[in-house]
Amino acid sequence: MAKGQMDHLDQLEAESIFILREAYKKLGKLGMLWSIGKDSTVLLWLAKKAFFGHCPFPFIHVDTKHKIPAMIEYRDRVAKELGLDLIVHTNWNAINAGMSPDKGRLACCKALKTEGLQQVVNQYGFDGLIVGVRRDEEGSRSKERIFSERKKDDSWDYVNQPPELWNQFKTDFPKGNHIRVHPLLAWSELDVWEYIRREEIPIIDLYFAKDGHRYRSLGCECCTGQVESNASTLDEIIEELKNTTVSERAGRAQDQEDSYAMQKLRREGYM
Amino acid sequence: MAKKKRDNLKIVVVGHVDHGKSTVIGKLLYDTNSLPEGAVEKVRRIAKETGKPFEYAYLLDAFEEEQKQGITIDTTQIQFFTDQRDYVIIDAPGHKEFLKNMISGAANASAALLIIDAKQGVQEQSKRHAYMLSLLGIKNVYVVINKMDLVDYDAATYHRVASEMKEFITPLGVTPLRYIPVSGLAGENIATASDKMPWYTDQPLLVAMDELPGEQQEIDKPLRFPIQDVYKFDNRRIIAGRIEAGKLAVGDEIVIWPSGKKTHISTLAYWAPRDRKNKGYAGQSVGITVRDEFFNKRGELITLASEPAPHISNRLLVSLFWMGKTPLKVGKKYRLKLATQEVEVEVESINKVIDASSLDSSDDTLKEIKLNDVGEVILRTKEEIAFDTFRENQGTGRFVIVDGYDVTGGGIVNAAEKSVAETIQPAFVKDELVARGELFDEFYYNVGNNEVAKSSSNHQVYAEGDAIPLTGESYTYPANFDVLVLRDKVSILIRDGKVDTIQALDDYKYTGAPLVNGRGFALYIANQEDLQNMLVSYDQLESSDYRKRVEFANRYYSFGRFRKVVFDFDYII
Repeated sequence: MAKGQMDHLDQLEAESIFILREAYKKLGKLGMLWSIGKDSTVLLWLAKKAFFGHCPFPFIHVDTKHKIPAMIEYRDRVAKELGLDLIVHTNWNAINAGMSPDKGRLACCKALKTEGLQQVVNQYGFDGLIVGVRRDEEGSRSKERIFSERKKDDSWDYVNQPPELWNQFKTDFPKGNHIRVHPLLAWSELDVWEYIRREEIPIIDLYFAKDGHRYRSLGCECCTGQVESNASTLDEIIEELKNTTVSERAGRAQDQEDSYAMQKLRREGYM
Repeated sequence: MAKKKRDNLKIVVVGHVDHGKSTVIGKLLYDTNSLPEGAVEKVRRIAKETGKPFEYAYLLDAFEEEQKQGITIDTTQIQFFTDQRDYVIIDAPGHKEFLKNMISGAANASAALLIIDAKQGVQEQSKRHAYMLSLLGIKNVYVVINKMDLVDYDAATYHRVASEMKEFITPLGVTPLRYIPVSGLAGENIATASDKMPWYTDQPLLVAMDELPGEQQEIDKPLRFPIQDVYKFDNRRIIAGRIEAGKLAVGDEIVIWPSGKKTHISTLAYWAPRDRKNKGYAGQSVGITVRDEFFNKRGELITLASEPAPHISNRLLVSLFWMGKTPLKVGKKYRLKLATQEVEVEVESINKVIDASSLDSSDDTLKEIKLNDVGEVILRTKEEIAFDTFRENQGTGRFVIVDGYDVTGGGIVNAAEKSVAETIQPAFVKDELVARGELFDEFYYNVGNNEVAKSSSNHQVYAEGDAIPLTGESYTYPANFDVLVLRDKVSILIRDGKVDTIQALDDYKYTGAPLVNGRGFALYIANQEDLQNMLVSYDQLESSDYRKRVEFANRYYSFGRFRKVVFDFDYII
């Protein structure tokens, strides 16, 4: 390859950094959703690169109180180590009213995640939220724009999305709406892991196999299953992904509730 | 480096509705084993639920609305791999009403498959999409003649459709590299050669795709480095952006446009140790520090002093496509975004309107360009901007047009036209100093439509010694006050209702007299220090950064001190 030519990961990285800088420059109040998982950890790393070691916006964790306990320990430790401005929010109204997965998985996701997120957006008046979703995760995300507008009620008008050409993003919108910024949209699950390996990014150890099982996607303890795996190192995870035909979110129970479960959740503001 | 890097290709699949774009893609994914098992299973389940036959298209048409109606509404991208390289395949809708989604998909690609139904032949959107590919500068195009199963794999039909497309597309400057007959549904000539079409001796689709040139960054062109932002998080002052073309290195002499100021690159900034470097190349997102720190801001374009300069003008001859529900109109004001520059723009004239599906051009109705049409237009920007023609440099030779909140148009620069000076209505003149006088404008509340409007009826020009009208319908100024016309960098001292002094803003010192800006808004300034602070913040404002301008206005301007809004009716509108 000629000098200066970029490989696949170089291109993804450069594009994501451009997107983060564009969001920081063009959107007013900005926050980054941080779910502790591999994708948001890569996002955090990219933000450090984009802003030369600084993170000029707060990180937001919508805590459903059903998360795998190791995730919460990891969150608090990393936030302290990196000195992150971390906002943790829980929809206590819903929990106190008895909301749990027993009431139906989609209803629970909607109350504890979608509405929880909505409460944070309204409370802090965010104009932009950086979210680590990727096209290859599932169908409705595959149709996303990089800068994707949400109405005041958080709804997504997905059948009438604006044109998005040549890195000219949607940065004009009525006050009260907000933009979901998706810097990792073009990344695949494999890209994320190859990047983590290349950059030596510290990552929560729930992804690495113990006793023949590992988490491939992290979420609430009740609705997130493990996959059978002996991949206990980055190299082994990457090798496993190159050969698997099982989808990444196969262990996420809420996705399997309905053929269009994610589309329905995301239409109302789910991440 | 020991390991050979694999190359990438982003390829868009376009064509008329129902000619089988999504089916061809679905088959490509299936044949390259790129589908997770859940995906095919899910499509089988949906097919069963809806009582429809299994469709590969459902793999891409993920929305419920798309599957129920059997159409592609929005574009999507999927990665897949061959032994040769990593692909991103972009599916684009074929319906005319979703053209903006097709363009969004195609704008990201560097190669295209144009799918044509063998039985139906070249249709309206086949042509329109071909035209869009030419406008977007996509040169590497394969025409894929699909549904060969419906014409019994007939060679004559293939040749007829191929020559029909060739006839249309060649005048657009697009030369398809291949015409490939396939059946997406039957999987013929997709991954492997088809024994149903022995007369076709060229490569099957997937093998042919591997022969397309991979993505190249524009390293061998002159440096084009648009400033995206300037950071002062710590003691470094970092100019950040993405290199659109060329390369830069520590020590290089650079020119910052449109001002033309020169300095040298001191360092390339980095955070992770592996990113430490002293050279930057096209495609990379970098940050530089420079030797002479004059004020830099987003929108400026950095080039190398040793390389060709960009065009600097406020008039651009462009080709554009229109995606707005209301037509593009001559004289109407829009915003133009070109690289990181953002500026008010109006259409000076429309030279040609083209129906993209017939190439018919009309010269008689040149007042507007309608939805989904294409035109050749002269744009006039409010301020001069730096740019290239699309032919010279893609990244700095293309733009979008924003109307209100929405991107409603896009296009490419064909040429730089001669710049014209902005026509300003002078109100105060002394030698070379010229200042606008909107402080005599009237503000009306129109009881007809309940909107506030501004009207300028005073076209007088004042010199030193002239008396000015201190009172209008909607303003009353004191006998002694100072005017700072910030845009024109001129200050005017009014004493006893007369113009006492007209001088450069730089020469102005706080006098203690009440202060107004060029529009007659009182300035919240109580001493020389306030004045200095305001001038510094004003210089840092970018014309397109409305948020900052609102902050500035709320901080420094008082509308009500010398002005009010008076009720009136319609005649001013």
